[in-house]
Amino acid sequence: MADRLWRPVACYGDMVRLWIRAELSYPASFAMLVVGSMMINALDFVAIAIMFSSIDTLGGFGLREIALLYGATGVGIGVADTAIGSVERIGEFVRTGRLDQMLTKPVPLLVQVCSDRFTLRRLGRITQASVVLVWALPIVDWTPTRVLVAVVMLLSSSALFFGLFVLFSCVQFWTTDASEFANAFTYGGNTLTQYPLTVFPREVALALTFVLPIAFVNWYPCLYLLGRSDPNGLPDWLQFCSPLAAAAVITVALLVWRTGVRRYTSTGS
Amino acid sequence: MPLIDVAGLERTFVVRRRAGFMRRSKSVVRAVQDLTFSIEAGEMVGYIGPNGAGKSTTIKMLTGILVPTSGELRVAGLEPSRQRTDLARRIGVVFGQRTTLWWDLPLRDSFELLQKIYRVPDQRFRENLDRFVELLDLGDQLDTPVRQLSLGQRMRGDITAALLHDPEILYLDEPTIGLDVVSKGRLREFLRALNAERGTTLLLTTHDLQDIEALCDRVIVIDHGTSVYDGTLAGLHAQGGSTRTLVVDLVDTGPPIDVPGAEVRKVEGPRQWLSFPADASAAPLVAAVASAYDVADLSIQEPDIEDVIRELYSHGA
Amino acid sequence: MLHVAVARRAFRRYSTYRAATVAGIFTNSVFGIIYSFAYLALWRQNPDAGGYDAADAVTYVWLGQALLMTVALWGGGTTDDLAERIRNGDVAIDLYRPVGLVGWYLAGDLGRALYHFLTRGLAPTVIGIVLFDISLPPSPTAALGFLLSIPLAVTVSFALRFLVASTAFWLLDATGARILSGALALFFSGMALPLVLFPGWLGTLAEALPFSAMIQVPNDIWLGRHTGLELGSALAFQAGWALALLATCGLVLRLATRKVVVQGG
Repeated sequence: MADRLWRPVACYGDMVRLWIRAELSYPASFAMLVVGSMMINALDFVAIAIMFSSIDTLGGFGLREIALLYGATGVGIGVADTAIGSVERIGEFVRTGRLDQMLTKPVPLLVQVCSDRFTLRRLGRITQASVVLVWALPIVDWTPTRVLVAVVMLLSSSALFFGLFVLFSCVQFWTTDASEFANAFTYGGNTLTQYPLTVFPREVALALTFVLPIAFVNWYPCLYLLGRSDPNGLPDWLQFCSPLAAAAVITVALLVWRTGVRRYTSTGS
Repeated sequence: MPLIDVAGLERTFVVRRRAGFMRRSKSVVRAVQDLTFSIEAGEMVGYIGPNGAGKSTTIKMLTGILVPTSGELRVAGLEPSRQRTDLARRIGVVFGQRTTLWWDLPLRDSFELLQKIYRVPDQRFRENLDRFVELLDLGDQLDTPVRQLSLGQRMRGDITAALLHDPEILYLDEPTIGLDVVSKGRLREFLRALNAERGTTLLLTTHDLQDIEALCDRVIVIDHGTSVYDGTLAGLHAQGGSTRTLVVDLVDTGPPIDVPGAEVRKVEGPRQWLSFPADASAAPLVAAVASAYDVADLSIQEPDIEDVIRELYSHGA
Repeated sequence: MLHVAVARRAFRRYSTYRAATVAGIFTNSVFGIIYSFAYLALWRQNPDAGGYDAADAVTYVWLGQALLMTVALWGGGTTDDLAERIRNGDVAIDLYRPVGLVGWYLAGDLGRALYHFLTRGLAPTVIGIVLFDISLPPSPTAALGFLLSIPLAVTVSFALRFLVASTAFWLLDATGARILSGALALFFSGMALPLVLFPGWLGTLAEALPFSAMIQVPNDIWLGRHTGLELGSALAFQAGWALALLATCGLVLRLATRKVVVQGG
């Protein structure tokens, strides 16, 4: 049993290591990609900071508080994107026949898809989000529980984005060239959670809590870290529910993934 | 029990086509129907047929990539689509021109990764690698990035990659396509040695009849999704009434050559084309021509696989 | 005419990816909604930030989503084909064609842009109008000016992307340069945030750079912020950058041709 869980992880590690070696065999291109990716991300937060030259608060939150939200969701999507970003390319794998090749290997398909063309370039996002997060840390009145909640938040956030990437990329099992659809939920989810939920109508906030629980990547745990109650009047215990939300999204994602793979092997397209 | 056992296999596809704006028409295509054959361990079988005949659909079902619509299918005692991962450890697959090797890294790295994926014991891995590298003459290429290898070297690398875990069955899809004559010959020699040494079962799809001649005692011809011939290559020639061609260059232009067992198809100056049954020996014919005419040169053209199948059809139908 | 045929072919080629178009429209709309609410919150705090009112801000968001693919801000379009053809050497064939390379690819890119404008430009705009309070151009002149400014925006974007793709002549792989320039374009075009909010010298710089011709200038024309003579100078700003950059493209191409000829690709 332990082996069944450990094996895929080990295989993932082995394949990723090879892709990193391959990437580093073009050092000049790699360096430009890293700088480019860092710059995209850096400018992303600069745009938010510039907003604050015209205002002091946005949706009732100051710049550092927003930086906390920004850092948490950024680290989450950064980790997920780094670890399994290639899942976005399922449609391409179907079209080029690469998926068929993967299906003849004794490694779980998801592990192969996720590790394919792993690139360290994506670390740029994690780095930048971490910097913003660290800059925001002093605003929190730290206690041991808050430290724990913060750590759990980052893990849950990564896991939740992991689930979103897999879940919405599966659409490509049905329409191979609709890869952009997933962006609305993954990168869209990331953009949305960079702002306090108070800027959105209450219905949106509720939907992001109970339908597609993206709000749990940062909003609820950050309310706890900041010692604030939910402006929408939802109960405070939601602030500890991020791991549950992540588990739910991952479960649904894996089920849809299995359905997608089954559809592929039963229709061949 | 046969290693590969296929009975009444069928696979249909639903094809949706755009019929004007927003309207779609649906039709069912039978890619494979009523396909039955079995292959014993250690056989080398050529699986041939025209494009779109259902070859790759069959291979996909045999490897577990595609679920059959109906029919029986057992490979190495397993049901491929249900036990795909278990089966994967026992088979090797090489899809023609699509490499599974890491493009930017030396061959050795890809091989070492496969060792880990298939959990090949170190000792066995080294033995296998040494043997294949020797047989395939890949020694100098092990540390070359794959992108710098020639097509032939890459194909040999891909075949090595598919064999490191000692599979019982090796599926090869057009392994010699695009290779030069020397590379083709070397590859065929290797596959023969592999089969002789290890008893690896080989199922090979190809357009190159010489692949079949060099390797396969048995051919299965598939067309319109079903097997239309299953037997020896000689039998295929006989049944299809296919012919070989003797090209004779005479010293001088002359009337059509008249020898028993062959007929002249074409005359062009001193060169004449004689066709004779593919299952007949060329030796007596050559002797007869040489004794009766002043011959400058002789050569024999093998029948093309597409021609053989076309012939098979025009006779069978 | 040849270039029209090239453009028409590009238009048709992109129109075959229907699922991709629908997915893209959906994604543009989701981002439009997110940014609209964020900007509304901002303009609630400061009702005339950057000289915009709330309706201007929301309109700006949706125009940005509409232009994003039309001008291929992130890269993409026919210049990606060019980069690939440089990488695999096929560009040599293009160089020996009797037609100018820049014009050939520009025509294709304009065809692509037209397709993206009619689908991924119009559809999100309609959705934006349904969901939010979007202001329409205040005058026929503004509307006409907007329509004129789009091909200029595409041309500026094309020329920049062409230059980025040309780096492949020297670097073999243009991916790094493409990502770098994409980052700059996203920020300095006004896509990430209206340039009117940029403070001090940063705002002055951003508005002078060619990137602003891709999003900020067309949007401001729609919003009626350039009227009369100013409208003319806004269009002239775009046209000026377009010509200057196209000229640079021609120059770079001449250097590259010499390199290809000398080194044989």
